[in-house]
Amino acid sequence: MAVAEQTETGAVTAPGPRRKRSFRPHYPGWLMAPSLLYYAVFFLGPLAILVAFSLATQQGFGSLSYGFDIAQYRLIGNSLYTTIFARTLVMASVGSLLTIAVGYPLAYWMARYLTTYKMLALLLVVVPFWTSFLIRTYALKIILDPHGYLARFAGIDILYTKYAVAVGLVYNYLPLFILPVFASLERMDWTLIEAATDLGARPFTAFRQITLRLTLPGVITGALLVFIPMTGEYIIPNILSGGNYEFVGNVIGDQFNQAQNQPFGSALSIALMGVLSVFVIVYILFATKEEQFGA
Amino acid sequence: MRRRIGAKQAFTAWAVAVFAFLYLPILVMAIFAFNKPSATSVAAFHGSSICDIPPDQVGNITVWNGFTSCWFSAGLHDPTYIPAIVTSLQIAAVAAVISTVLGLCAALALARLKPRYRAPFDAVVYLTLVVPEIVIAVAYLIFFVQARNYFPAFPPLGKSTILLGQIVFNASIAMLIIRARFVGMGDTLEEAAYDLGSGPLATFRQVTLPRLMPAIVAAALLSFTFSFDDYIVPAFTNGTTNTWPIVLYSAVRFGLTPAVNALATIMLTVTVLAVIVTAIVLRRSRVRASPGQEPAPGLDIAVGLR
Repeated sequence: MAVAEQTETGAVTAPGPRRKRSFRPHYPGWLMAPSLLYYAVFFLGPLAILVAFSLATQQGFGSLSYGFDIAQYRLIGNSLYTTIFARTLVMASVGSLLTIAVGYPLAYWMARYLTTYKMLALLLVVVPFWTSFLIRTYALKIILDPHGYLARFAGIDILYTKYAVAVGLVYNYLPLFILPVFASLERMDWTLIEAATDLGARPFTAFRQITLRLTLPGVITGALLVFIPMTGEYIIPNILSGGNYEFVGNVIGDQFNQAQNQPFGSALSIALMGVLSVFVIVYILFATKEEQFGA
Repeated sequence: MRRRIGAKQAFTAWAVAVFAFLYLPILVMAIFAFNKPSATSVAAFHGSSICDIPPDQVGNITVWNGFTSCWFSAGLHDPTYIPAIVTSLQIAAVAAVISTVLGLCAALALARLKPRYRAPFDAVVYLTLVVPEIVIAVAYLIFFVQARNYFPAFPPLGKSTILLGQIVFNASIAMLIIRARFVGMGDTLEEAAYDLGSGPLATFRQVTLPRLMPAIVAAALLSFTFSFDDYIVPAFTNGTTNTWPIVLYSAVRFGLTPAVNALATIMLTVTVLAVIVTAIVLRRSRVRASPGQEPAPGLDIAVGLR
């Protein structure tokens, strides 16, 4: 996308004789009106009302008055909820790091050693991601069941603990990490490694100084790409921890399902988005920087 | 030399292990769709088919008790699951059509717009992708309930609200996929068509649309899949409507029989086939993309953010 723009603008400013373009294909601007309207009403509208709710005051059961009441936000400062925020961020970090540890060698293997079966391997990585999230989490639950084979014969009885949640995060988000990393490994010039080893570098040194450095942008992109949705995760902690190990997302859900404290749930949602936006901004800054240097 | 072969084997072993990690749970789930209820519960049951045993009496079904295929027919005749699946199919079909049309229109208008004018729209599109689904789901719940309070004509929580909510995310995905293809294919052929005297509409119908088709198909298939598999938004905006992920979720949390495995296996098979079709369509689109351009990044974007 960016490539196309650059060449286009580059061509316009390029000196020398060239055919003047008489044609600029333009589709009318009103074509974006339907989606603009749709986003305004059904996306920005709900977000706005979420903010309004988070600042409203709960009056008895189910009725509330709008205003500018930051009591709900104060409540988040309660150690009960800061613990859950901290836990969510720690788990998302652990999940991302584990995903890197599991996924990077696989992406490396695909890019370095596969030729004929590269596309097949890529398809095998992608297919789980397109199948139902819920079904995959359920499948993991069967494997981890305390009455199942893994628990009885291998002694791995981790269902309903944070370890199961961590496994679930890696299991569900691995494909999302592998794709950008594989892409950056594919772009890499492997003759650099040959040159390094010819000049006497040991394979690991060559890997550390060349491969790792060149693919680091891809790794960071991939890690943020999984970290961000992991932070807002809802299904995995619910199913694999059985409600024992809640993320912020689950607490938000509870405010609307059971507690019926919608202003507090709204405030939690806004706070979660605030935390996430920090990482999203890091990601955007990073992505634009990467684009500039053409890594 | 010896060292390098050793490294390759080590990496291959790791790759096999990771693929096993990715696929074994799914395989086990599919195998256990053929599992009998535990021996004690079969002995205690007096009905005609062992697959009529209710969830709370099937015993331990996470170990192998013997082969039966009756869960498939039990699942396919289940009074809870089947209507839910039909509902999900209906919602997903409508969501796919509307999202793709919205995405296509936006992609056409935006693709060749100056970045300055495009940026705000893009920001909203990316926002729809990064806002956690649980956050937007509760926001929809509040919004739809309030909308009905103030405008009685607004539909109550149900199929239509699920649909209205899901379209946002799917339209964004569709727009990104179609726009990537549209930008990637350049405008030379359209220019040629104009030069040869073809009007805007005829050019769109005869030149642009056919070449966009792979991306449009991919976008529609993906919207369909995402909508069909989505749990969180429907869980909060469904009212009393049940969708397949909702009944699946409550089965997973509160007791189930291998009939769920059977239905899940059928779903997985269908999805995997759809994915393979999409992949083939996208690969074909890659071959036909104009020369000198990056291959259509549809695949990457498609899995980019859920």
